[in-house]
Amino acid sequence: MTTTRTVPAPTVGVARRAGRGRPHLATAAALLVATVVLGAPLVWMVLASFKTPGELYQVPLQWLPGQLDLANYAQAASTIPLGRLLANSIGLTIAGAGLKVALGLCCAYALVFLDFPFKKLAFALVIATLMVPPQITIIPNYTFVASLGWLNTYQGILVPGLASAFGTFLFRQHFLTLPRSVLEAAELDGAGHWSKLWRFVVPMSTPTLAAVALVSVVTEWNDYLWPFLVVDDPAKMTLPVGLTLLQSVDGMTNWGVLLAATVVVTLPILLVFLVLQRRLVAGLTAGAVTG
Amino acid sequence: MLGARRRRRALWWALLLAGPNLLLLVTFTYRPLLESLYLSTLQWNLGSPDARFVGLGNYAEWFTAPTTGRIVTTTLVFTVATVGGALVLGLALALLLDRKVAGRSVARTVAFAPYVLSGFAVGILWLFIFDPRYGLLQEVLGWVGVASPQWYSDRPWPLVMVIVVYLWKNLGYVALIYLAGLQAVPQDLRDAAALDGAGRVRTLRSIVLPLLTPTTFFLLVTMLLASMQTFDIIKAMTQGGPLGSTTTLMYAIYEESFVNGRAGYASAVATVLFITLLAVTAVQMRYVQRKVHYV
Repeated sequence: MTTTRTVPAPTVGVARRAGRGRPHLATAAALLVATVVLGAPLVWMVLASFKTPGELYQVPLQWLPGQLDLANYAQAASTIPLGRLLANSIGLTIAGAGLKVALGLCCAYALVFLDFPFKKLAFALVIATLMVPPQITIIPNYTFVASLGWLNTYQGILVPGLASAFGTFLFRQHFLTLPRSVLEAAELDGAGHWSKLWRFVVPMSTPTLAAVALVSVVTEWNDYLWPFLVVDDPAKMTLPVGLTLLQSVDGMTNWGVLLAATVVVTLPILLVFLVLQRRLVAGLTAGAVTG
Repeated sequence: MLGARRRRRALWWALLLAGPNLLLLVTFTYRPLLESLYLSTLQWNLGSPDARFVGLGNYAEWFTAPTTGRIVTTTLVFTVATVGGALVLGLALALLLDRKVAGRSVARTVAFAPYVLSGFAVGILWLFIFDPRYGLLQEVLGWVGVASPQWYSDRPWPLVMVIVVYLWKNLGYVALIYLAGLQAVPQDLRDAAALDGAGRVRTLRSIVLPLLTPTTFFLLVTMLLASMQTFDIIKAMTQGGPLGSTTTLMYAIYEESFVNGRAGYASAVATVLFITLLAVTAVQMRYVQRKVHYV
């Protein structure tokens, strides 16, 4: 823009901002293309899940299904126990996320508001685990869980991943910003740690609570390698693991059925994302701001 | 006296509140970490009662095995392509999203959505899109007169396929982090540059990019660690094949331990991966400390 040079200095900022605000045709077009390219796969997944084999295997492609036919979903549900898997995934996600939040919350409270020996070491112990990639622990954990008789059990899927490092870290960061005076006043009123935690700290931490809870929901729901290793009984599988079973049974011969199950795996978390987008994104990108 | 009692009570509360989390971390992270180092010195198959101490034998085997070169190359190609691609495309997307254009909040939502989805499910979905006969992509390629490559079978296409899916899944995350960084770049700096006659590209290169260095380094570390641990997308799409052409270090660990049952050897490979990740992070952290404080 050559015009900016002739504009008197004080108004340059305004002029520039106005320039930013004008819907640039090229920018708008580029953004539109990006949105279509990035969004198309998900739309295509949903459309394909309603298509009959005749509609799926056609050249050139048939874009829309002839009708909203649920046959693929029915067939997926008759090949793998889809309802049971959905219940397993929901139950394990809620239990896992709930416990993770509780563990992180309590641990961070102790690390910030309590004085005890080796506190720094305890914090270092928590933070250092963020550096340990899960796959180095997976073989020993597998044999350990097997020795407990926990293969093909819910606790086998749940317990090894429960410990909260990321959550503890975020809670601690937040607790350090809380006004000490409120807690000291509560203490003078005779409030114990338990009531300080629940009546003062928790109500002042709802955004962090929501962020940690939502991130845990997403990771628990999508977790794949560990549940895939410890469970081969379809009654105990989570949805992503069940999808593996369906893939190996049906192979690539029946895309409609496989994609119907893929919709069942992805849609719940997609809805959570659409409804609670702001909080979820805040949680998932928290590392960049605090780290 | 009172102080001692208070201290004792605080200790009990600490044990009660922090104890469970610490106990779980010790049991399921630190104990297996050490055990894994020990297992890496054994010739031992998963579930077998017999284990033989071989010292550094497993490591020697890893460094001399004929497949190692291929696995390392595949890992390097996958990592560089996914991390580099995500950073470049993510920054481009962030620059678009930074402009006040109609529909940019929709674009933000659409771009970020894949990041919250199951990697395995996403892999299955894209496998269908890549289908050389009935997939969406062969149709789109057909519009410009290009015949679809044999994505499933002809090298290097299977690796390209996995890289594309990884990029699609992570692009929105990178873009959003960059967007936050961009919005922290003071507007007057850009204005001053514009005043000095700097064009858009020049402002980006001389003002915006240097100020984004901390963001770039953060993303570099995060993306590197995440990319090197990719499993579910590869498992869904190629199972490491064909002919091992998509077998990364991470996938090789899974295959050696849980498909071939060679848990001792796999532990050695896992240790190699762990040390690599530690080294990469350490180097980057040092570099970050020297480089980040631009302003």
